[in-house]
Formats: sequence, C-alpha cells, structure tokens
Amino acid sequence: MSEMFDPARWRPAPFLPAQETRDGALVFVVAVLCFLACVTALGVIAADRAASGWTRQLSAEATVIVRPRPGETPDSAAAKAAEALAGVNGVTEARALEPQKAYDLVRPWLGDVADVEDLPVPRLVAVSLDARAPATAHALETALKAQGLDAIVDDHSLWLKDVRRSAGVARGMGTVVFLLIAGAAAAVIAFATRAGLAAQRDVVEVLHLTGAEDSFIARLFQLRFARVAAVAGLIGAGGAILSGAILRLLGGSQGLTPALPIAWADLVAVLPCPLLAAAVAAIAARLTAGALIREMQ
Amino acid sequence: MSRNPIASFANDSDEVVRFDDVSMRYGRGPDVLRDLSFSLAPGTFHFLTGPSGAGKSSLLKLIYLAAQPSKGLIHLFGHDVAHARPQARPELRRRIGVVFQDLLLLDHMSAFDNAALPLRISGAKPTEYRADVAELLNWVGLGGHMHAMPPTLAGGEKQRLAIARAVVNRPQVLLADEPTSNVDHEMALRIYRLFVELNRLGTTILIATHDQDLVARSGRPSMHLEGGRIKLRPPQGPALS
Repeated sequence: MSEMFDPARWRPAPFLPAQETRDGALVFVVAVLCFLACVTALGVIAADRAASGWTRQLSAEATVIVRPRPGETPDSAAAKAAEALAGVNGVTEARALEPQKAYDLVRPWLGDVADVEDLPVPRLVAVSLDARAPATAHALETALKAQGLDAIVDDHSLWLKDVRRSAGVARGMGTVVFLLIAGAAAAVIAFATRAGLAAQRDVVEVLHLTGAEDSFIARLFQLRFARVAAVAGLIGAGGAILSGAILRLLGGSQGLTPALPIAWADLVAVLPCPLLAAAVAAIAARLTAGALIREMQ
Repeated sequence: MSRNPIASFANDSDEVVRFDDVSMRYGRGPDVLRDLSFSLAPGTFHFLTGPSGAGKSSLLKLIYLAAQPSKGLIHLFGHDVAHARPQARPELRRRIGVVFQDLLLLDHMSAFDNAALPLRISGAKPTEYRADVAELLNWVGLGGHMHAMPPTLAGGEKQRLAIARAVVNRPQVLLADEPTSNVDHEMALRIYRLFVELNRLGTTILIATHDQDLVARSGRPSMHLEGGRIKLRPPQGPALS
C-alpha cells in the first residue's frame, strides 16, 4: 500500500477520462481547418484593401482626350482644355500632358515608326479631382463644351465598376469559403462528439442513472470539445499569422503581389479564431450530445 | 383497475413504488413482464427472485427509469412516471440508489471519486461531503483503498464500492441486481448485513438474487417472478442475526 489517502486534500476527478488518443487527430484536423479559414480571411482583407486602393486612385482622377479643331494646334487645344478644366468645382489640378506621353501611349499599337510625331495624335489632359467632392464627368464636359473644345472625358467609371465588382466577388467568395470551412469544422466536431459519446457510453450511462441531467452530460462534452477546438484554433491562427508575417517580410507592404497587399494590422484579424472555433465546437458538440443522450434513453 | 392484493406491500398513502398492470417488452418481442401490480412501502425489505430471464433486471430497470413500460402505470414517490416532466426524472433517480449487476464503476476515477459521484452530480460541494464519503468507505471496509482505481480492486471490494456509491446520497430506495453473484458465501453475508443495516436506517430495499439460500435464511419476504408474472412469497424462516 502506498501513501495514506487524505480526504481533506482530495480533488474531484474529471467526469470524463482526461485524454483520448483520438484528441490529437481531432486537434490536427480542426487546426488545419482553422488555418485555412484564417488564410481565407487574410486573403479577403488583402483583396479588399487592394480594391479600395485602386478605387480611390481611379475615382480621384479623370483623363480628357482633346482633338484639335481645324486651325488649332494640338498643344494649344490641350492648354485651353486644361485651363477650362482647372476652373471647374471639384478639380484640384488639370495638366496637359507632354506630347511625348501621347506618343508613348500609341507607340505599342503602331510599332517603333520614326515619324509618329507627324501623326494627328490627340493630346491628353490629366485631371486630379477633389477626393471629398469630385467634379462629375458631366461638369467637365460642360466646361469643355463652353470653350468650344472637341474632347472626350474618361472618368474611369468603366474601370471603377469592374474593380468594385471584382472586390465584391472576392469578398463573397471569401465569405462562402469561410462559412464552408466553419461548417466542415462543425461537422468534424459533431462526428468527434458522436464517437466520444459512443466511447464513453458507460460513463454517460452511469452519470445518467445516478441522476445527472441531460444538459449536465451534454455540457461535459461541450466543454471538452470547445477546449480541443480552442487549442486547434490557436494553432491554426498561429500558423496563419506566421504565414502572413513571412509574406509581409518577403514582399513588404505589397505582400507577394500588388493584388494582395498585407498590412501588419491585418494579422490581428485572425486573433478571434480560437474563440470562434471554440464557439462552433461548443454548439456542434452540445447539439450532437443532446440528441444522442435523448436517443440513449 | 384492481391491483393484485397478494402483491400489495404498502398502503396507498405511503408507497414509494407502485406498479399498476405494468407490462414490458423489448422491441417487438414478447412481454417480458405481464400485468404486474404491486407496491412497496417505505422501509420495507424484499428480495426479487426468479429463474434467469424471468425479468428481474427488467423490473429493476423500470423502477430506476432505465426502461419504459409497454403498458400500465408506474408511480415513484407518488409521481406518475409517464406524465412526469423530463426534468423531474433526474430528481427521481437521485432518490433511488442502484447496485448494477455489472457494477458500472468508472475506471478512470478512484474509489473515493466513484463513491462521491452521486453527491457531485447533485451539486454538493466537496467540503460538504468529503468526510461523509470517507466514513462510508470505512464502513464498507474500503478505508484502505480510497485512492485505488476500480480495476485494481478485488471482486468483493468492487461490490462494496458499488454499494457505497448507491447509498452515499442516502436514497429512499435501494435496488441491487445480483449483488452477491460474484462473491463467496461469507462475502455475500457481509453484503447482506450491509443492506440490513441500511434498511434499519429507513431505506426501502429490493434485491434481485438467485441466491435462494440467502433468501431462505434472511427471513425476509420475496417477490417471485416467473413467466412474466409476480407472486409474493412470505418469509421462509426467522431472520438472520
């Protein structure tokens, strides 16, 4: 016989066996799911930031193409247009681009021909708009018409629409993937709860027959799997933070590509992952355990 | 509905268990128990006898709410079990101590933890019951095995631990399913004396057993189950001292 038993120093044992061999596999699977969910979340945040940047940039600028009327030189027409546009409300700056810029823009379509300067290439006016109250395309066109100028205003609305739509699709797909992963995690936990209950059927039966309420027993499994999922969530989130940090360090503020710029602050977004994983697991385990205990009666 | 007068062991006013025309079957099989009507008064002591497969364990399961009748009414402590709220069933179970045939001790818990289980489930704080559990384990002769895990205990020790767990909550009814099946004659007598002691303290006792010798020598009445029906057998002699 070993040491004397001292009831005063006794601490109650857990109602369920402390550790199961399958817990390790469960932690791995849920950690992988959490990692994927976190990476998805980081991807959505990065894509959103890229889209916002592009949108901001595009909506702050407009380009005006000026065609000289008979008797007008391209340069004088462009200068006249810049002067007219500078006076419009919501325009911060209007600047006629050098002819070389226009030649550079058409050169890829024409090839490296020597006499490109002799062609009637229209001049461009770059317009910077007030970010808070930008001038509309209509206001710019009205100002140009008032000066009798033959010009086309490109306010980038076509591009803006595409960028916004792309950002929306990326956000939507990210959310769907995130929900699918959360659903998969819940299903895994539900299976694990079912297996856990089957493995602990004797324990459940004894607790039940000694007067434990269904909710009491379900809570045991709920706490157990919430703890497992929280640990897995911590590992998954840790992995995602590490991956994000490596991308940030390797690629700077643009991450690995300008389409997915990563900021250090983005990494904070995955911190709730362990709590979310625990909550999903707790709900899945509670519902599964409750249903199974009712079945066992 | 009339109840079998032979099998009535209690007045209606103070019965702790009452069966009215209760039948039970498993799935679509034949009735294991048929039209049983009897009641048990507080503080009584009965054996439940019958051949293997007579339905002794099934009858006990009906009392400790591990099974449902296919017909008839069961009242526990005056509550109609069929119409009791689901939340009331755990409360009813806590008033019944059970020594299961296969003991159902929890192997991951020490003897002390196993014995304290019903008290923990009922929400008592360890400081309130630690001393009582230790005293009870001493009383059943397990004072030197409080931290032992069940797989390391001998058969008789496991039986006594199961009994300690069944009575630690001071239940009003104690059901024991073949509590002496795996122990020698001397241990069977010791366990029987334990039950007698508990009965003296006011607990209603119902013991399912094959041990006809023990029943005969106990001087206690028995309910004999055979062919799904129950018959009262009066005491067969003076009680064991």
